[in-house]
Amino acid sequence: MNLALRDIRHRLGRFLITCVGVGLLLSVALAMVGIYQGVVAEALTLTRSLGADLWVVEAGTRGPFAEASRVPGDVREIVARVPGVAAAGAVTLRTAEMAAPGRIIRAQLLGYEPGRPGGPSAIAAGRGLGGARFEIVADARAGLPLGATVTMGGDRYRVVGLTRGLVASGGDPLVFLHLRDSQELQFKLSPPASRRSAAAGAGAGNTDTVNAIVARLHRAADADAVAEAVRRWKHLAALTDAEQSSLLLRSVVARARVQLGMFTVVLLFVTAVIIALIIYTMTMDKLREIATLKLIGAPDRTIVGLVLQQALLLGSVGFVAGLSLLLAVRDRFPRTVALGPEEIAVMAGVVAVICILGSAVSIRAALRIDAQAALGG
Amino acid sequence: MAERRTLIGLSGITKRFGEGEQAVRALDGVSLSVAAGEVVGLRGPSGSGKSTLLNVVACITAPDAGILALGDGPVWEGGHYTDPDLRALRRTRIGFIFQFHNLLPFLDATDNVALAMTLAGKELGAARARAKALLAFLGVEKRAGAMPARLSGGEAQRVAIARALANDPPIILADEPTAALDSERARSVLDLLRRVAAEREAAVLVVTHDEKIFDRFDRMVTLRDGRIDAVA
Repeated sequence: MNLALRDIRHRLGRFLITCVGVGLLLSVALAMVGIYQGVVAEALTLTRSLGADLWVVEAGTRGPFAEASRVPGDVREIVARVPGVAAAGAVTLRTAEMAAPGRIIRAQLLGYEPGRPGGPSAIAAGRGLGGARFEIVADARAGLPLGATVTMGGDRYRVVGLTRGLVASGGDPLVFLHLRDSQELQFKLSPPASRRSAAAGAGAGNTDTVNAIVARLHRAADADAVAEAVRRWKHLAALTDAEQSSLLLRSVVARARVQLGMFTVVLLFVTAVIIALIIYTMTMDKLREIATLKLIGAPDRTIVGLVLQQALLLGSVGFVAGLSLLLAVRDRFPRTVALGPEEIAVMAGVVAVICILGSAVSIRAALRIDAQAALGG
Repeated sequence: MAERRTLIGLSGITKRFGEGEQAVRALDGVSLSVAAGEVVGLRGPSGSGKSTLLNVVACITAPDAGILALGDGPVWEGGHYTDPDLRALRRTRIGFIFQFHNLLPFLDATDNVALAMTLAGKELGAARARAKALLAFLGVEKRAGAMPARLSGGEAQRVAIARALANDPPIILADEPTAALDSERARSVLDLLRRVAAEREAAVLVVTHDEKIFDRFDRMVTLRDGRIDAVA
């Protein structure tokens, strides 16, 4: 006879309401874990999507994400000729605000040369960039439909393709555009500024500047050796994809990770305390029943089983409720909530441990209940 | 007529609560025996030591001195229990009937009775069958599937008696079992206990204030200031 289940069935409504409460709490804890993982995933999304093996940037910098980097556009030709390099492409990166009908969209603009490394790995809808200018491929997170137009730098751009899940480390959607368009947006002076520069004898300035060169290597090539070869040019620095990923996590999103990680730990601690209190209250509500069980000779394992099974059931049902809720709404979060099977399994384990530890106090209290408490009024 | 076997035997039982000048002597050298088939009442004013005596017999409260024997031999002697597993002792040798029946609210009448047997190691199916037989013996078989909240006071107390009898204990202890019942039901419960004592050769010790059932006991023991004041 399973006393834990029978008691729950008897007070089903109350138990379910408690589970919903625990579920809401766990959904917040799960969301924090997901957001933490999302920050890591988003930080690496761009580098993974581009499929770059090597990042060539301005000497003395660790660009283009951690630090600003500017190199001449023709460096791609130099990099392309380095032994081991299969293809090289120039890219520009900048954060911009695009004017869409009725709203402003903040996005990370990535200029690249179609046909060379630097473009999106997959197109979810529409097509990739062709030779025409003033076209963009935007991530679905930007909320732009195919064929929509946005305005940047006084020019109108048409959305010809959509990607899915491509965001910058800050969570802004990625927008791909032709390198020349992005160079003009980034480096071309506005007409009044250009006139003033010409009057000062500085000329209009060279706009064939990029932020980095991304290279794909031959399968047999050693990335470290190729990077070393590139570093022989005094004006260039090179980072392998592994170095770039590490830099992103250590430098660009490190504070956000630590902040979210610490908040997650605090939240899990609060969750543990609240679950422990709920289990304690559930146990103390049964004080007379537990005393009666002791008086009629129930062994300690019956009482421990009653408390522990109810604690684990509360945690399990609450966890499933919280997880279901979060999975249902996670796409509405402004940033990625990356909750895969591994994170879910780990959190299920954490909740189980919390329930077991949380029930320890209640079990101790239940075992200390005097059988005498069953007697009298 | 053959002498009946003593199932509850107390000899010189003393119990103090507190220390020094604050110490209260709850039981002061109480000696009492209850034989098989006997129904003995225990009464006395508040603070006289009735509940303490019942707790001592139930092995819930350890006495300070004296000898307590339940059935086959002493369970408390020389300042310690002879069997450390007191819950097993309660499971097998003692049946309890409480003032407010204390049925588990999440089990129906049958399972409340069957639980006592499964705790003693009986298989659930057999325990339920015997529980139903006991409920029939006590005249509440029609309420076998009812939850305690749906039972009347008298029905609930009968189910509690069935639970007390579940493991066929030789000793039945009752703490104000009729306090919540009207006169008719109170007498009916005592008659049931008399029937149980007679048919099962059990010793029944009942703590009560209920004057309307005083005539149903074989003996009425009165406690005052921790001592036996009178036996009627």
